[in-house]
Amino acid sequence: MVSSAIEFKNVSRVYGEVRAVDDVSFAIESGEFFAMLGPSGSGKTSCLRLVAGFDSPGSGQVLLDGADVSGVPPYERNVNTVFQDYALFPHMTVLENVAYGPRVRGVSAGERATRARAMLELVQLGALGERRPAQLSGGQRQRVALARALINRPKVLLLDEPLGALDLKLREEMQIELKSLQKKLGITFVYVTHDQGEALSMADRVAVFNKGRVEQLAAPRELYLRPATAFVARFVGSANVADAKLAARFAGWDGEAFAIRAENVTVQGENLPASTDVVSAAGSVIAVQFHGAGSRWQVQLDAGEVWSAWVPDARSPADLAVGARVRLSWPRSAAVPLASSGN
Amino acid sequence: MPYRPDEPSWLVRAGAFAGLAFMHVPVFIIILYAFTTDDRTYGFPPPGLTLHWFEVAFARSDIWQSLTLSLLVGFCATLIALILGTLAAFALARAKFPAKDSLTVLFVMPIALPGIITGIALLAAMKTWRVEPSVLTIICGHATFCIVIVYNNVIARLRRLPANWVEASMDLGADGLQTFRYVLLPQVATAFLAGGMLAFALSFDEIIVTIFTAGKERTLPIWFFNELFRPRDRPVTNVVAVIVIAVTLVPIVLAYYFTRPDDEHETAR
Amino acid sequence: MRAASTFFYRRPYWYLALLLVPPLLWFGTVYLGSLFTLLAQSFYKIDDFTAQIVRDPTLDTYQQLVTQPANLDIVKRTVFMAICVTIACAIIALPIATYMARYARGRVKAFFYVGVMLPMWTSYLVKIYAWRLLLAKEGIVAWCFGKLGLAGLLDTLLETPGVGGPSLSSSYLGMFIVFVYMWLPFMILPMAAALERVPGSLIQASADLGARPSQTFRNVVLPLAIPGIAAGSVFTFSLTLGDYIIPSVVGAPGYFIGMMVYVQQGTAGNIPLAAAFSVVPILLIFIYLSAAKRFGAFDAL
Repeated sequence: MVSSAIEFKNVSRVYGEVRAVDDVSFAIESGEFFAMLGPSGSGKTSCLRLVAGFDSPGSGQVLLDGADVSGVPPYERNVNTVFQDYALFPHMTVLENVAYGPRVRGVSAGERATRARAMLELVQLGALGERRPAQLSGGQRQRVALARALINRPKVLLLDEPLGALDLKLREEMQIELKSLQKKLGITFVYVTHDQGEALSMADRVAVFNKGRVEQLAAPRELYLRPATAFVARFVGSANVADAKLAARFAGWDGEAFAIRAENVTVQGENLPASTDVVSAAGSVIAVQFHGAGSRWQVQLDAGEVWSAWVPDARSPADLAVGARVRLSWPRSAAVPLASSGN
Repeated sequence: MPYRPDEPSWLVRAGAFAGLAFMHVPVFIIILYAFTTDDRTYGFPPPGLTLHWFEVAFARSDIWQSLTLSLLVGFCATLIALILGTLAAFALARAKFPAKDSLTVLFVMPIALPGIITGIALLAAMKTWRVEPSVLTIICGHATFCIVIVYNNVIARLRRLPANWVEASMDLGADGLQTFRYVLLPQVATAFLAGGMLAFALSFDEIIVTIFTAGKERTLPIWFFNELFRPRDRPVTNVVAVIVIAVTLVPIVLAYYFTRPDDEHETAR
Repeated sequence: MRAASTFFYRRPYWYLALLLVPPLLWFGTVYLGSLFTLLAQSFYKIDDFTAQIVRDPTLDTYQQLVTQPANLDIVKRTVFMAICVTIACAIIALPIATYMARYARGRVKAFFYVGVMLPMWTSYLVKIYAWRLLLAKEGIVAWCFGKLGLAGLLDTLLETPGVGGPSLSSSYLGMFIVFVYMWLPFMILPMAAALERVPGSLIQASADLGARPSQTFRNVVLPLAIPGIAAGSVFTFSLTLGDYIIPSVVGAPGYFIGMMVYVQQGTAGNIPLAAAFSVVPILLIFIYLSAAKRFGAFDAL
């Protein structure tokens, strides 16, 4: 039987009072682009550090290629990391930074220079080998960090919010580049991020972390379309969530907790007749934010909560404004029933 | 009046420059006095200038003996301080363990408490355990506060290093020793040297603790202290003062150069 | 080598012990050992007839310290001097620290930092000696007063009881000047460091809200510099409290704590009383430290 590249078995890690990782079990398959998604403090970076070997689990096991790695120091793991702030060594040139891995493994000076140059070519920085990290732009540093981590030909590459420090445009370019690099090299990528767009667009599978636990592990499409918990529905799809109590007050719904994404919600004047086979709720508009392709309507429901509806520009009801009484409605089939756990 | 937040008021500017002048005048005066032809009074201005007193001072064997002793003590105390201070800094820079805070306090106590406490404590211990004062006891006393200087310099640099450099190095396959050699050492080396320089300068000039531990040995500061109450050789004292300034100035300037904040470790992240 | 690295990587406490044992041995035996011996000595006493140390635990020495008015005068005199020196240092340091931290740029800034560091590290004894020359009867300070036609003022100062003396170099005023001079850099540097940390945007915000520069300084900059001043005052206070060289080279006949320790262990040969006297500044400093902590002195160090 082929073992998973990485496997967590009932792993916990407690710092003082905080359960950073709380009885987590999952497996990452070889060659996969795996994202760990969650807000800060949700335990995703703690899990990454357990794989890299910077920290050890308090209980449970972390397996690499089927072998328990507790007590194996980072320098004896076939795993490399791209750090959030890159952690380039400022007293070394770019080339020396990239050649550091082969150097500490006793590769001869000539060979490691050749390999380092090849890696710099791969990340399109061939001409900058003699510079110091301080002389590079953020995007260039990011590529150096990538080259440095890949030169050891690791089985797994860990990326800790690698694009967090870059501006939007560069970030989108790098997303595409990282994804194609991963395909080309066939290495397992474990990608930690708090940006759900990044996780959805790049990963083969996504684990959503919350309070030290994995809320849901699924392919991006399923995660978006079928969120398992209220937390996932809110965090991944910024969906409207109705708990069982609220759901019971909607006309045309049988009372289970559910999520409905904003783009599936229609806004119409309160007096217009509701069509059949929809669930609906009345409320008043409290804000309309124009976003170019459409507008986000914030509506205070009579049932209590503020829900939002995404209305494409073409379908914007011209006669309605802030303060107007409206009815929100959505097809029954679009509502996703939620498990009772989570919040 | 236009609003210029980058310009100080004349009061601040005058106070700053006057204060700076106040700090330097005595040093310049002492240098001037080393060249005066007046050998009897502290009169100002000096009636004339001469190099004669340097000749006289260089011919005095007691000065040479004290100078050699001070250099020897300085080197030995600095060596001990470099080893022990660096070990302590590496132990306390990052690790978390119970009693860490107490140790941090312990390692700065010799500087935080007045020197006379260290001095009288060492003397009391020597009397109690019947240790005769000697060069060794002087070195022990000096090393105790020199350790603090090295420790402070090295730990300040270590704390400025991002924690993940060590992680990055180990991640790339370097074991603890390789990480120390390739990543930590190049970063800490200048702080280490600066600490050593400052420790040496401090030892070379130390009197408060030394008086208690020296017995009959006369380091240069002790020689100098005795001269203060015997004004007979005042011109020679002036010359020694200039020599002391010169010998301590070199390591201080070097230490400043080593720890200038504008070098490149600052910019790269 | 790698095996050793891995051995210690898995046992971080062993690695810590390896690093800590040598310095701890040194501090434990040489430093703490001596301090405890000193403390123990303060509970012994000198036999009045034989002048031998009686090694029975007793509070007699402390009683002697506390009940003799002369000893209390010494403590009061020293603490009063330390407070005056601290206040004077803070006042003189403020414009220097403000200028170097807030206004000076580039070369001027480096010049100021070097200009403060150099006198701080210049030989302690040589600086005292220089002041002895400066303050002597026929020295530069007297010469300057004469040239400015202020000789009368100097004489009046020297005739003031409690402050003056036969010359500046043998008066409390002279001693005060030397103390202030010696510890001034220890006040300037932490104060400048604290002022450097005040973000420029706060100054702009204050100006934007209508404060004049002097108001901004008083209401925004100064409160944020308090931790630095507190940190500096720890140095000036503690250094003045323990010094015995300056009062014996420059100054009036009255004793200070440090001199008392020195004299008691030396000519008087009364180590127990010297030990008891050296406990006084330790106590005072701990009291001062706990007060300074409230002002954030330790955040500024």
